[in-house]
Amino acid sequence: MDKVELDKALTMSLAPHIRSSDSTKKLMLDVIIAMVPALIGSVYFYGISALILILVSIASAVGSEILIKKLFKKDILIGDLSAVVTGILIAFNLPANAPWWIAVFGSFFAIVVVKEFFGGIGSNFMNPALAARAALVASWPSIMATYVNTDGITSATPLALIKGGSGVDALPSLSRMFIGDIGGSLGETSALLLLIGGAYLLIRKVIDWKIPVIYIGTTAIVLLILGVNTDLLVYHILGGGLILGAFFMATDYTTSPITTKGKIIFAIGCGLLTALIRVKGGMPEGVSYSILLMNIMTPIIERFTKPKVFGEVK
Amino acid sequence: MRLDNLTFKGGIHVKDQKEFTKDKSVEKAIEPSIVKIPLHQHVGAPCKALVKKGDTVKVGQKIGDSEATLTVPVHSSISGEVIGIEKLYTPDGYKVDCVVIESDGLNEVDESVKPKGKLESLTGEEILAISREAGIAGLGGAAFPLHSKFTTSLEAGIDTIILNGSECEPYLTSDHRVMLESPEKVIYGLEVMMKYFGLNSGYIAVEDNKNDAIASLKESLKGNDSIHVASLITKFPQGESYRLVDAVIGRKVPQGGRTKDVKSFVTNVCTSAALAEAILDGKPLYERVVTVTGNGLKEPKNLMVKIGTSIGDLIAQCGGFKGTPGKIIAGGPMTGFTQFTLDTPITKGVTGIIVLTEEEAAPVKTSPCIKCGKCVEACPAYLLPLTISAYSLKDMYDEAESYNALACIECGSCSYICPAKRPLTESIAHAKREITAQRKKS
Repeated sequence: MDKVELDKALTMSLAPHIRSSDSTKKLMLDVIIAMVPALIGSVYFYGISALILILVSIASAVGSEILIKKLFKKDILIGDLSAVVTGILIAFNLPANAPWWIAVFGSFFAIVVVKEFFGGIGSNFMNPALAARAALVASWPSIMATYVNTDGITSATPLALIKGGSGVDALPSLSRMFIGDIGGSLGETSALLLLIGGAYLLIRKVIDWKIPVIYIGTTAIVLLILGVNTDLLVYHILGGGLILGAFFMATDYTTSPITTKGKIIFAIGCGLLTALIRVKGGMPEGVSYSILLMNIMTPIIERFTKPKVFGEVK
Repeated sequence: MRLDNLTFKGGIHVKDQKEFTKDKSVEKAIEPSIVKIPLHQHVGAPCKALVKKGDTVKVGQKIGDSEATLTVPVHSSISGEVIGIEKLYTPDGYKVDCVVIESDGLNEVDESVKPKGKLESLTGEEILAISREAGIAGLGGAAFPLHSKFTTSLEAGIDTIILNGSECEPYLTSDHRVMLESPEKVIYGLEVMMKYFGLNSGYIAVEDNKNDAIASLKESLKGNDSIHVASLITKFPQGESYRLVDAVIGRKVPQGGRTKDVKSFVTNVCTSAALAEAILDGKPLYERVVTVTGNGLKEPKNLMVKIGTSIGDLIAQCGGFKGTPGKIIAGGPMTGFTQFTLDTPITKGVTGIIVLTEEEAAPVKTSPCIKCGKCVEACPAYLLPLTISAYSLKDMYDEAESYNALACIECGSCSYICPAKRPLTESIAHAKREITAQRKKS
């Protein structure tokens, strides 16, 4: 090989010269895989309308991202699959009988307003899917509060029943609660299937155990302190969006703290707020607002939880 | 004290790529017909040439020295005639004067190269002088003058010596082969250091992907209770000296400090072997084992290379390139330097030459940071690489400094692990340069 050829061939760069095979896309793909059990469950429980809602949601999330990136003349990054994750999460947060345009509006709001207006992937200050849910609840409160049971009949969710003062005998059996054969948002009802997905994320090291475990633990403890009957406690854990929120939304990289200490504070905050809203607030459910509030707290938490450097002199 | 499964917090697991050469015995490199020996291949002051064009030199003859405290002399690696002094880039990118010597093919050894006597009869001062005169500088890559480290460490007071045989960089097997093939030299060098510091024990720390080397050292140490072999979990950057001290004796070097601040002395196993040779044979450091390896080479090898041999000579001896090379790296792939020409001479600090293929060297596409925190988990200095990097990329160096940018050891773990392929280490290294430059100014 002569000098000129070699000159052309050789790359000069700073170390390191090797990279892991990890990528944003692989991480997002893992999150999608982790949501598949709950996704299949939702179709099983609520029928084909659930599937349509999920597909519409994904398509409009991806479509919104393409549209806005074109408008902003930026690189289209839909290949990282993050819009797909957002789309599925939005659908998971909708009642199964919600009209299709609710999913379209939610996805558009999540991607365009919450994510891209603030700089796109990695720059949003709130979880896009949850912010979209909040916007939908504020805009169409009745649609967003009308839940169907798995048999298609409109009914109150277990948490709404508890809020209304019902005792254990008025609630579905615990096994139904665990499997997910109850009313609620599309993807939140099956603790079993969500926990399978959560376990997958933990095993694949996509998420850390601290946020979900501390979040759920804090919620339970604070509920007890606030005087919630131990019989009802299990319903509080399994009903509503706690497990979905703790494993799939509070763990969102961009909107949760990066340091260990920060994660712990964040999770405790989420748990505390969730319990407070459910018991002292006007709403039966508090997961989405708790996470959103803690999302906003994240930069402050990070500011005060800078890790100690190796060998730091006190 | 526990001596196995030792490790540190942080770091990354990397495919070690050592199978190319780990089972290949060290071969003598083909005698170079010409060597270009840099007068500055160590940390500290450059040497002044002691020879001029037309002089004849012998193997092991001192050809450059300096009066500075922090420096080591350089020696000729062949016998022949000095045909000039030429400015060339060293593998780490400095343009320095090199003594160009044409071989007479005789390899006549200089008279000064003779055994220095029994260790028992040598004083600390004599050991120091031998180390300096033999031009010994750290062979692990940094090339820090050994005698200078001896002096400052003795002043600080040392209670632990650890020989570094972790060789945590992927691809490299030079330390591995030396421990396997010449364990007695590694051990003898350690005994010299123990004598110098007046200590009666020492450690040799080796990563557990080199269990044959551990076995070979233990075999040679039968009946010797004063030297302990510590086995380390294979994880990058275990071989970085602060992480090594932390893993072996559980002491953390204070921020901005040196290993001597926690009463420990760390040097590479090959440096130890070189010190042994300097005493036993009076041999100065004019050759070293270099791992020449990678997918871009036909026949990867461990070669005993004379200092000043060109990279091109080594590549030719390894059968030449396999396909089009994409990158040539001096040192390991995590911290090494890319090379732009085959004429660059091998120096004392070059542990390996790695040739990556075009595909392996292809630039990766960077995407936005998603704050996954993998870099934070990987950082062995417990920093927030993503934050420092973000400030650095916006030229906000004061902020980068407030996040302890200067504590970065530039191990490359964050860049390696980043799923968005961001240039974390690279940008933090840039911030460090800017911060240091700013400090010098004010």
